[in-house]
Amino acid sequence: MTSVPTPISTNPIALRTRRQASIYEQQRRWGWIFLSPWLIGFFAFTFIPIVASLIFSFTDFTLTRPDRISFVGLNNWLKLFNDPLALNALRVTIGFALLSLPVAIALPVLLAALLNSKYLLGKPFFRLLFYLPYMVPAISGIFIWQAFLNGQTGWLNRLLRLMGISEPPNWLGNEFWIGPAMVLMGVWGVGNAMLITLATLQGVPQELYDAAKVDGADAVKAFFKITLPMISPVIFYNLILSVIGLLQYFVVPYVLTRGTGNPNGAAYFFNMHLYRTAFLFQDMGYGATMAWFIFLIAIVLTIILFATSRRWVYYAGGE
Amino acid sequence: MAAISQPRPAVILSPYYVKQLRKFTAIALVMLFTSLIAFVYLLPFGNMVTIALRDQESLAGGPDSPILPMKQIFYEYNDGQRTQRLEVFNVPIDGEVRQLAALTKRRTSVVFIDPNNPNAEPITWQGNWRSLQPAYAFSARWENFPEAWNMINFPLLFRNTFIIAFVGMIGTLLSSISVAYAFARFPIPGKNWLFIVLIGTIILPGQVTLIPTYAFFASIGWTGTWLPLIVPHFFANAYNVFLLRQFFLTLPRELDEAAMIDGAGPFRILTHVIVPQSWAAIITVGLFHFVWAWNDYFGPLIYLLGQPDLQPISVGVQIFNFRYAPRPELVQATSLMAMLLPIFLFLLAQRFFMRGVVITGVEK
Repeated sequence: MTSVPTPISTNPIALRTRRQASIYEQQRRWGWIFLSPWLIGFFAFTFIPIVASLIFSFTDFTLTRPDRISFVGLNNWLKLFNDPLALNALRVTIGFALLSLPVAIALPVLLAALLNSKYLLGKPFFRLLFYLPYMVPAISGIFIWQAFLNGQTGWLNRLLRLMGISEPPNWLGNEFWIGPAMVLMGVWGVGNAMLITLATLQGVPQELYDAAKVDGADAVKAFFKITLPMISPVIFYNLILSVIGLLQYFVVPYVLTRGTGNPNGAAYFFNMHLYRTAFLFQDMGYGATMAWFIFLIAIVLTIILFATSRRWVYYAGGE
Repeated sequence: MAAISQPRPAVILSPYYVKQLRKFTAIALVMLFTSLIAFVYLLPFGNMVTIALRDQESLAGGPDSPILPMKQIFYEYNDGQRTQRLEVFNVPIDGEVRQLAALTKRRTSVVFIDPNNPNAEPITWQGNWRSLQPAYAFSARWENFPEAWNMINFPLLFRNTFIIAFVGMIGTLLSSISVAYAFARFPIPGKNWLFIVLIGTIILPGQVTLIPTYAFFASIGWTGTWLPLIVPHFFANAYNVFLLRQFFLTLPRELDEAAMIDGAGPFRILTHVIVPQSWAAIITVGLFHFVWAWNDYFGPLIYLLGQPDLQPISVGVQIFNFRYAPRPELVQATSLMAMLLPIFLFLLAQRFFMRGVVITGVEK
């Protein structure tokens, strides 16, 4: 393990002596001590709440009378599958995820490929510029985009009108356009994924491209046969984080629609329904059911993604 | 092929020039495309800044009002008896465009006064005055910023945000350094499994722990205080532990061992050997947390409900902007002010940020 031999590890027999064993024992104890903040935090704020959430989902727990908690069996779970608001919110969430995932996956790759191109001048400037919006606090970003997407005065529609589109969409007031509008807002959030992809691109060995050139591959072919496989682990990582993030999508639709999810419930996401149920209507038992439902979906999706990843994610190290 | 029929093709089409030409075209295309995307990225910023600088009168103009903060120019003309407020137009005269104040406006001719020389003879221009463009001048209403600043009580919001972010930052630094040290240096049984569990918490949807955690904080009377937003950070966080551990692993163990031989205990090694070598990683984690806390909206939303005096900038700006939605210039001004500090911190320390993102993203 250590590069320089120390008195402790030079002699394997000495390791067995009582004194060495006690040093090892001591090191282990210190290890647990230094680890303890996370261990305590993991149990207090992650493990126990997950279990408690599951238990709550079988009760009518509410904070207004926490002492009178009683078990209601599967009622909450049955209610979930017969709650039109919840089902619609689930549909909205999944629909939006399908709409925005391609952008969330492809845009960082496109930007990173541009930033990695030998033909781009002023790389640090563009890298900074594309990353910068990621640093804008969500609340500021939402109000900035709300003004930008304003059907009448927003710059986007003014630009579209200049380009000859006489009646550009009323992005935020139309149930068909609010989804695409939020996808557009999402382009400000790809900074992290872009940087990670860029760093991976820079790590792809040049010899691979040289060899491909010798074999007669053009740039497009090299991109699909070399670049994409080499960065597939990063794409996979972005995919997992995007899916989990989309399951939790809340702040943007909540603030953008003033908590209503309108027009016509088209921006009423599952997490907004959860928030209203648990915190506005104080129905914590049903809220916990929805939370566990999302957790189950997340587990299933993660398992599916990991299982299919063997087919398309290429790990150079073979790990 | 075309080269044969043309008189001087040999030089132009020599392989060197073809290569240069191709390279130049590629640079032009890539630059154009990238600049176009960059332009689209910047448009919402432009929209924000221009609205934040306009006044209510110009905003009332709706979609036809000028995009930039501009005001129509008027000229106060005194003809000796009374003062008139005259509209100024851009008038094409003798091949140049002059800004002149219209004294009388008719369908067939307009009489103009030159604002720069009001005592000179009035100029008569032939044509319909409606065909002329009114003259605008740049007129930014900077007062929107102090007005919004005072209305929203920014100093209070800044103070609240700063306390929450700073104390939480101390907490996450102390705990994450300790946990990363444990993972990087100590022989803990099942360490690899524990590490996988730690990393697994990154992809845990936050909702699933939300309600019991909230109920717990409510039962000990912490809702309506800053404690639920601060105390959990004293128990480490997967991203930060990962980043610090990766950094600690690159530090040579020889220094630890030398210190150990000199009689230093594990705690002293951490504070005197590990930490002094790791400032880059520690600053990165601190910055990440600060920006994260500045950004956090959901936590304060649920834990500080009905406590306007305790709210941080995220919730404060949202509440203000909902209330003053009919004043878009104030909404945009507050949004701009709320993002300045994180952007400034980022620009100041972008190397730390970008390296930190890459470490947590690539190496997992």
